[in-house]
Amino acid sequence: MTLVTPEQHGLKAHSDGGWDADDKGFVPVQTRSARPKSFEHADFAPVNGLEADWKLTPVKLIKPLLDDVLDGTPYAIETDAPENVTVEWVARDDARVASAGEPEDRASANAWTNFDKALAITVTGEEHATVRISRSDMGASARAAHTVITARPHSNSTVLIESSGSALLSENVEIVVEDGATLNVVSVQDWADDAIHLASHFVQVGRDATLKHTLVSLGGKVVRVNPSVHLSGEGADGELYGLYFADEGQHLEQRVYLHHQAAQTRGRVNYKGALQGAGARTVWVGDVLIGSGGSGTDSYEQNRNLVLTEGTRADSIPNLEIETGDIQGAGHASATGRFDDEQLFYLQARGISEAEARRLVVIGFLAEIVQKVGDEQLEARLHTAIESELEGTNS
Amino acid sequence: MSVLSVKDLHVSVETEQGTKQILKGVDLEIKQGEIHAIMGPNGSGKSTLAYTIAGHPKYHVESGSITLDGAEVLDMTIDQRARAGLFLAMQYPVEIPGVKVADFLRTAKTALSGEAPALRPWIKEVNGAMKALRMEKAFSDRNVNEGFSGGEKKRNEILQLELLKPRFAVLDETDSGLDVDALKIVSEGVNRARESTGLGLLLITHYTRILRYIKPDFVHVFVDGRVAEEGGPELADRLENEGYDRFLTDTSVV
Repeated sequence: MTLVTPEQHGLKAHSDGGWDADDKGFVPVQTRSARPKSFEHADFAPVNGLEADWKLTPVKLIKPLLDDVLDGTPYAIETDAPENVTVEWVARDDARVASAGEPEDRASANAWTNFDKALAITVTGEEHATVRISRSDMGASARAAHTVITARPHSNSTVLIESSGSALLSENVEIVVEDGATLNVVSVQDWADDAIHLASHFVQVGRDATLKHTLVSLGGKVVRVNPSVHLSGEGADGELYGLYFADEGQHLEQRVYLHHQAAQTRGRVNYKGALQGAGARTVWVGDVLIGSGGSGTDSYEQNRNLVLTEGTRADSIPNLEIETGDIQGAGHASATGRFDDEQLFYLQARGISEAEARRLVVIGFLAEIVQKVGDEQLEARLHTAIESELEGTNS
Repeated sequence: MSVLSVKDLHVSVETEQGTKQILKGVDLEIKQGEIHAIMGPNGSGKSTLAYTIAGHPKYHVESGSITLDGAEVLDMTIDQRARAGLFLAMQYPVEIPGVKVADFLRTAKTALSGEAPALRPWIKEVNGAMKALRMEKAFSDRNVNEGFSGGEKKRNEILQLELLKPRFAVLDETDSGLDVDALKIVSEGVNRARESTGLGLLLITHYTRILRYIKPDFVHVFVDGRVAEEGGPELADRLENEGYDRFLTDTSVV
């Protein structure tokens, strides 16, 4: 046996740091808000899968969305826009486009460069309105899409977007909640087994405005939805919820960014996921940034994963960055665990069969998020969808 | 008349230090309508007996038998045991997030009787039982055991005892952690269940105070995985005065 004398720490460069790079001026991104942004695809280098932002994603499966020219023409939607809500296709130079954000990765920029018309949903009324949009025929060729949801001042609405069928889609969704407005957005990804879907949601929440944003990812081969929410007006309130159920061979990813930009903002992030079957894979990254202007911030984020079988992997990475000392509270939590045998024992000891006990525990675990959706019809459908996920009849 | 019979029961558990024998030959016979108190110092195997009867996977039966009217309970799954008429009121009931008490009770009742109970009479029965246990109505909308105080958890166990109507119930230290008022309420619930269904009871306790409210027909003293002494209610009085010391002279307490 040979003894190795350890080298002095810091003498050699870290393999991942780049501190000792030839260009000594190189400094990695220090804060979440400082990531490079651009509307142009060409401004982002090709992805090799080692980048911090992509290393947990199956990059090989999404190549066309990263590199190819995408079809950006309008697609078929079904909607039942009520009074005070308009749903229309608008040109790229419409004032509503680019009002909420700018791409931070290559797939998002590719969608931005290639989209032809944007789907604009605009809400004006103070009486609560619900608008449902469903898209089930996106086609299997590589496509770009752009959606802009604008909640005008003091409007009050629920916008439900449900996606199903096959898709090879990269898209951007801009959401602007103007002063005093209340908006509840639910995006349901219940794609067909072969679907690949990358999405960035850019959200601005104005003064005294309230946003509830819920992502539900159930179906699809690869689904990666990254919401970036900026509480940009004083007193803005953002509740970000997520529910995902990955089964065999599915990759479901969500990278959440909540930015407390203005003072007296409140943020809550709660994502819950279940994993079942070989190769079921989930990724949750939760970045919370309390900016220097975020005095009086009240923030909490958490992620919980329930592992139902062997052979699954759940990544859960919470990050909290605070640039001001004057806050009310900030916290985070993350836990990934197996079925609690004691819960099953308790239910079985009351005569409930093992299968039924498992069903109760999983549905109970996810119910907390389903109850946040705020639309009875959709909640009932989600309960049914979760039940069929459990039975393995839905993938 | 139903009989729950435990014969020469040997049970072990796996620990970090290896296999540990807990029960070393337990014999008990409980007839319907009888109340048996099992008393003993910590670590004597009282709770192990309770969980073994209910079928908790942590406990391995090395030998012996548990029969209910001649049918081998050890061959049954956990839920089959409950459907055969056995009930365990747990010392530390677990939280089941997202599952409301009302839904849980109805699911359990349905599983036990093979069909869903008629809604109106069922709700009436649940409300009546809750009222008798001084539980507020809002209780049924809460998630099972989530955020319950110690006393609420125990009441919730006895609520199930009254509603699910087992033939034999094991109460595992139901008295522990209860103040005297809660102890009385819980004991009244147990006595009501016994009067209305004539169930047999195995009352596991460290202390004698619950026996002031629930009168045992037989008392068994557990020491080191065996029944060390048996008798009538007078044995409990003796333990009250003398404690367990005289049983512990040549055994080690864990």
